[in-house]
Parts: sequence; structure tokens; C-alpha cells
Amino acid sequence: MKIASKVYTAFLFLFLYAPIVVLVVFSFNASSTRTMWGGFSMRWYEKLVQDQMLLLALRNTLLIAVISAALATALGTVAAIGINAYKGIARKMIMNVTKFPMVNPEIVTGVSMMLLFVFATRLFGDSSLGMGSLIIAHTTFCLPYVVLSVMPKLNQMDSHLYEAAQDLGCPPVCAFFKVVFPEIMPGIVTGLIMAFTLSIDDFVISYFTSGTTQTLPIYIYSMTRKRISPEINALSTVLFGVILLLLLVINLRKTKDKKAEVEK
Amino acid sequence: MKSKTASYPYLIWTTLFIVVPMAMVVFFAFTDQSGAFTLQNLSTVGRYSNVFVRSIWLGAIATAISLVLGYPLAYTIAQGTERRQNVMIMLVMLPMWMNFLLRTYAWMTLLEDNGLLNNALAAIGLGRIHMINTQGAVVLGMIYNYIPYMILPIYSVLTKIDQSIIEAAQDLGADQKRVFLRVVFPMSIPGVISGITMVFVPAVSTFIISKMLGGGGNLLIGDLIDMQFLGSAYNPNLGSAISLVLMVLILICMGIMNQFDDGENEKGGLMI
Amino acid sequence: MNQVKRFFAALLCVGIFLSASGQTAYADTGEDASAPDTGVTINVYNWGEYIANGTDGSMDVNAEFTRRTGISVNYTTFDTNESLYSKLAGGGASYDVIIPSDYMVSKMAREGMLEKLNFDNIPNFQYIDEQFRNPEYDPENEYSVPYTWGLVGIFYNKNYVDPDEVKSWKVLWDEKYSGKILMFDNPRDTFGIAQKLLGFSFNSEDTNEWDQAASLLKQQKPLVQAYVMDQIFDKMAGGDAWLAPYYAGDAAILVEENENIGFTIPTEEGTNFFVDAMCIPKGAPHKEEAEAYINFLCDPEIAAANMDYVGYSTPETAAKELLPEEVQNNEIYYPPQEILDRSEVFVALSDEMNLYLDTLWAEVKMGGPGETATLIAILVFFLLLYIGIVVYKKRKLKKQMS
Repeated sequence: MKIASKVYTAFLFLFLYAPIVVLVVFSFNASSTRTMWGGFSMRWYEKLVQDQMLLLALRNTLLIAVISAALATALGTVAAIGINAYKGIARKMIMNVTKFPMVNPEIVTGVSMMLLFVFATRLFGDSSLGMGSLIIAHTTFCLPYVVLSVMPKLNQMDSHLYEAAQDLGCPPVCAFFKVVFPEIMPGIVTGLIMAFTLSIDDFVISYFTSGTTQTLPIYIYSMTRKRISPEINALSTVLFGVILLLLLVINLRKTKDKKAEVEK
Repeated sequence: MKSKTASYPYLIWTTLFIVVPMAMVVFFAFTDQSGAFTLQNLSTVGRYSNVFVRSIWLGAIATAISLVLGYPLAYTIAQGTERRQNVMIMLVMLPMWMNFLLRTYAWMTLLEDNGLLNNALAAIGLGRIHMINTQGAVVLGMIYNYIPYMILPIYSVLTKIDQSIIEAAQDLGADQKRVFLRVVFPMSIPGVISGITMVFVPAVSTFIISKMLGGGGNLLIGDLIDMQFLGSAYNPNLGSAISLVLMVLILICMGIMNQFDDGENEKGGLMI
Repeated sequence: MNQVKRFFAALLCVGIFLSASGQTAYADTGEDASAPDTGVTINVYNWGEYIANGTDGSMDVNAEFTRRTGISVNYTTFDTNESLYSKLAGGGASYDVIIPSDYMVSKMAREGMLEKLNFDNIPNFQYIDEQFRNPEYDPENEYSVPYTWGLVGIFYNKNYVDPDEVKSWKVLWDEKYSGKILMFDNPRDTFGIAQKLLGFSFNSEDTNEWDQAASLLKQQKPLVQAYVMDQIFDKMAGGDAWLAPYYAGDAAILVEENENIGFTIPTEEGTNFFVDAMCIPKGAPHKEEAEAYINFLCDPEIAAANMDYVGYSTPETAAKELLPEEVQNNEIYYPPQEILDRSEVFVALSDEMNLYLDTLWAEVKMGGPGETATLIAILVFFLLLYIGIVVYKKRKLKKQMS
């Protein structure tokens, strides 16, 4: 039983990682075919850093992710506090609308926003979709994740604390920042990180709302529609490396935090 | 802290960018190019019922296989020590952080007639198998992309099961198989349900996987919608009608799933 | 290759003197000096693999344009005329330069989607050959400047396919090549092949003829490995597919880089002659800069350097003469008159025909039309399942209560 489960686990991880290993290995391939090995080379990485369009796409992606994650976090946190004040049917309704983008097929969300944006551009003169529409779209689909990660923290919080702070002479805004904010901070951070990664990774909704602007996933898509260059492998490897590094750092910090908590 | 005003900016935002766009989809679905009311679009959707059948069928197969493959892994992971669990879950999630276009592209390389898998098969003396551009390849792409969504919720439910219940069952004389079938599995149903939803919904509505691995001949609903909006047959009215039908279908599915989801409050899916 | 490069370098030096008297809105600063940044970025939307981008010692055409004029280029690509149309019609994107094919130029012009060009800003139009002026798709030559032209033919793998077979489109219906055949992923090109086999015109307005073509394509579908566009480069070069109809110009990449790939134009039934032309969409934010770009691409030296990489045929004799001898005399790129005589041009179809073609095309791709009843049955099934479960649960709850 033990061995069987080990073999099984190994098999599944092979399934999960084989494609990634292939991508990484072939990014160092000297020849430009995808299946034949032609010796070690770094030429695709050199090409990657010289690719102006790619660097522009990367810049756009990061810019959109930072702005929309920040916007979604701010809007979502405040919203969670407001929603918490609702009871009964109204609250249920609001939560349903909030969760709608998570449940709705991504392609339908993308298409519906495209219809709205195109309508709006026609209404307000013929400007183009682009950074603006992308930021709005990304903020919108990130919002539910922020709200849903802040809400539980709010529910856990002892509401008397806030009242106590006010009784002690703290004005509401001050009481919020002194008492509520520190309590729900972990939820906010989780929401922020989720929003950021979701925004960086999004293809489907961006595809419909990008106009002439290219984000990294859209650029990758156009790469796969053309004669494929192993540059795309090099790009995957770099991205994978960055993600691996980030996760390691986050996890190290988490264990550190846990240790600190234990020591407390 | 009981300030409803705090939610107003958010409510305005969601109305503008969630409710209004959905209303526009409905509006487009029921009008023609000149904006007059028509049922023409919806009746045309019927001509594409094959695509719906195919999408649901392939999505269902992918979901079933993901469940069969993912459950044992989630179970194995949940048995380990905490440290081990964290590492394994990290490993399951890691591929998900790669852009799904890149992951799918990697499978193209593997599955081609002269791809790595076939070369390997030929090298060990087995014949080559035609894999790329088949329905099987599309299902494989779906499983690969969405199986972590199956493993994670099942795992998190399994770890929350109170060990003392299992011990109680064992004390009462149940063997391992019975404990699993009578205690562990029923208690993990909420995880299974949310896993099924999280795999089935994106699988049914995917539109790139079938293009990349299915060769364009295995049209799915997502491709059909893409075709009407940014693809080879520009017709946003028909596209909206197809989107609307897809949405209704998905919402009914979610409703069914939620019926199994007792006591789950705000964390679960949509409350229908 | 090196010789070619030196040749162009010399030519470009001469070019400074020739273009010094240019009267374009944006002065061409020639070879050495870089123009100051104008802060303007134009959006160019072109086919994939359709411009020299600096690889393999070619000229980076967009960078060269920016260097000379100080106008930046945001260059993105599409893969079919139809998706270009969709993006413009409903994608909310505003481009400055687009490069549709003939029939799409006339469709867009008809629908008022194109801007009239100011030819005072495009003096290099003088180099366009007489036969490419005032074409059928743009009779007054108001909207477009031809970029390239070419024919559709078949790429085949010499190891498996006999060149004689490829003389007819019938080879794409040959069961012996089942699973090794690629087809276009756009309706006009795909239907065009079936229409030629049946002896019809590409531009028929007779639904019956289109139906016949569609049923021929449905018959072929089981043999087709995939409906693709530029992915044929990989699939043909990697040996995954053996037969693929595509545009002649791409032989520059496919045939010249792979010794076992050949290209033929099926002469038995005739083929499609196409022109891809540069246009400015209605409401383009930077029209003058866009015209400067079009003018730049028409400059014979630039056109030659560009076509040397892209491989498609140029509509400028002045540019053609700058190309290497072996390209000029290559019948793939500059086919003899008798082949040209057997080819037909796509013309924009009527709106009703287009709509009809869209449905037929989707039917080909999904394998026949479906029944509305099936869809209703699915929806009803799910709905009943849902209601059933809800009712069952309510009953159970009641039982527990009592």
C-alpha cells in the first residue's frame, strides 16, 4: 500500500512536471527545432532580452497588475466593511453579485466587458481600448477575491473593540486605522497577492478587452500563432524561475512568522 | 463599524462593470444588427448544439478523470506530516503559476507525431501513436490545466476531518476500507463537489486548449464564442446568444452542485 | 547572404541622395542620422511573419522607420482577414495602418471602415506597377496601396508525396494522406479550394454552389489533421504534416530552409491570386504618420529588403530588380503568365452571402449542423435534475421535521 501510493504520487508529479522540464531543457537548445537536440546554447535568452515588443508587453503587464491589484484591494477592503453592515436578503444579494465573476465562465465575462467598453468608446468619441479598459477589467475580476479574503477576518473580529476605541475618544477613521485595520491586515495582504497574481496570469479577459495593447499573455498567444521560436521556451524558463523564487521567499517568511508566533 | 456607506463605491463599481455588461449580453442576444428585437439569434444557437454536446461531454470526461486521478493524491498528501504536506501542496500548485498558454504549448511539443513522446515510444520499439489534434489531446490539456483545482479543495477538506472520528470508527471495529467508505469519503464530499465545479466550469468554456491541441476541428463552445467576436465570423449578436445559453447552463450546474453543499455559507459558490 | 547584405548597404548609401528630395510629411533623414523622437506611436496591424524583423541578417524594418522618422511603431499581428475585420468592427481597437487582402479591402471600403489616403504624402506610390493600380477591389485607388501579392499553392513533403500528385487540389482528398493534411483556418481560402475542384468561381452568389463546396469539405474533414494558419511552418518543417495549402511567399522560409519540402501551384484547376494592401482605418489617430509609414514601405530599397526576408512578391518592378537574381527568376514567387491566367481573385461577397458562409464554415468545423431540440433537451435535463434535487431535499427535510 505504501509503495503503491508512492509510485502513484511519483507518476502524477511526473505528469505535472514533464512538460515544464521539456520547456526548460529545450530553452537551451542550439537548434531551432522543438524536438531535436542540437547542443547547448544561450542564444534564445539573448534574443529574449533584445525583443522590444516583449519587454513592452512585460512592462504593460506589471503596470496593470500593480494598479489593478492596488485598486481592487482598496475598493474591496472598504466594500467588505460596508457589506458587513448589511443583513439578511440585501447581504445575500450583494454577495451573489460579488461572487458572480468567479462563477461565470471567464469568456463570458470577457465578452460582456468588451461589449461595454466598445459601447463606451463609441459614446465618448473614438478612442481605443487599451490600458484603461484593461485596468478596469482586471480590477473587476480581482475584486471578489479581495472581498472574500477580507470578510472572514472581519467576522472573526470582536466588534466591541471598535466601539471601545470610540468610547475612549477615537474618531471613527482613527479607530478604523488603529483597531480594525491591524486585525484584518492578513486578509488584505492575501487579497492583494491574489489580485496581483491573477492579473499577471490573465489571458482570456485581457484578450477581449486589450484593444491594441499587448500584455505578456497576449504576446505569448501571438507567439504560439506564428512560426514558433524557442524564444518562448526561454521565456517560460525565466518566468518559472521567478515564480519559484517568489514562492520560496514567501514560504520562508511564513515559517519565520510561525516561529515568531510560537516564541510569543 | 456599521457603516453601509462604505460599500457604495463598490456597489457602483460592480453595477457598472458586472451588472451592466451582463445586461448588454442579454440585450445583444435578443436584438439584431439594427437593434430591433429578435429571437433569430437564440434559434440559430440550436444549429450549434453539436458543439454544446461536445463541450459538455469532453468537460465531463476531463472532470471525471481529474477526480479519479486527483482524489488519491489529495488523500496521500493529507496523510503526511505537516511539513511534507506543505511541500507537496506547493508542488501541486507550482505548475498553476505558469501561464496556461505556455503549459498547453509544452504539451504540443510532447504530443506531436514527431514529438518527444512519440520519439520515445519509437525508440523503445513501440509504434507511434497519433495523439495531437484529437479529442483525447483536448481532454488531456483540460486535465493538465485544471487538476490542481480538483486536488486542492479535496485536500483541504480531508485535513479538516477530525481524527478522533476516524479513531472512533476504528475502535468500533471498522477496517480501513470501511473507515474510508463510511467515514472519510462522505465527509470529503464538499471538497469533491467544489473540485468538480472548479474543473468543469473552466473546462466547458475553454477556448484556447482546443485550438492548440485539438487542431481547430474540435470546436468547443469557447471557440464558437471567440469566432463570433474576434474570430472568423463576426456576429456579436449571435455570440451574445451563445454566451447567454452557456451562462444559463453553467448557472444551473452550479445550482445542482450547491444542493450537495450543506451548511456551506459565504465561502462556497453562488447561492441559488 | 553576406553578398546580399553588402549589396543593400551600397544601395542604401545611394538611397540617401535619391530620397533627399522627398516631400513627405515626415522627412526621411536617410542612412546615418537618426530623426528626433516625435513622441508619436502608430499602431500597425499586420499578418504574422509578414515583415523583416532583423533576424537572419535582414533589415529590422520597423526599427529603421523609427530611426528615420522618429515615429515609434506598435506592431501587432493577426492571422486571418476575418479576425482583422472582427477586431476593427467590434474589438474597440484603433489602428493606424492595417494590411488586409483584396476582398477585405473592398468589404471594408464598402462599409465605410477605411480612410481615403492622401497620395501627396505617399510619393513612393509612383513605383507601384501599372497593373496593380486601380485594382478591382479598389477601382478608384482611393483606399489602398498594394504591399505584396502572390498565389495559393500546396506545400508537400517530398519524402512522402509525389510532385505529380500535387498538380491537382484532389490530392488533399486522398485517403492515403489521412491525418497528414492541413487546411486553412479561414473560410474563404478553405472554401476556395473546394470551389476550384468543383469548377465554381470563388465569388459565386449561388448558395447551392456554396452548399456543394461545404459538403465536399465535410467529406474531407476526417482526413484533415488540423485547420491552422501560420502553425503550418512548424507542422510541415517538423514532418507532422505532409500536405498543406498555403501562400507562395512562405516558400521563402519553408522550402529554402527544409530540403524535403516542395511547393507547387495546382495548375489543373487553377488557384487564387491575392494582393495584400496597406490601408488606414476610419478614424485613425495618426493618419499622416500612417501615410509616412506606407510611403516608407513603398520605398523600393525598403520594399526589396523587406521582401527579401518575407518572401512574398512585390508589386514594384523597381524593388523586384533589387532582389537577388535567383529570387527574380524563381517561378514560385514570379510565376509565368499562363499560371497567372488560370488564377482568380477573391471579391467581397454580399452581406447575406457572408452570413451564409459563416454558418457553413462553422458547420464544416463542427461536422454538420445540430438540432435545436438537442440543445433544448440538454437544458431541460439539467433544469429537471436541479428541480428534482431541490424537491427531494425539501421532502427529506420535512420528514426529518415530523
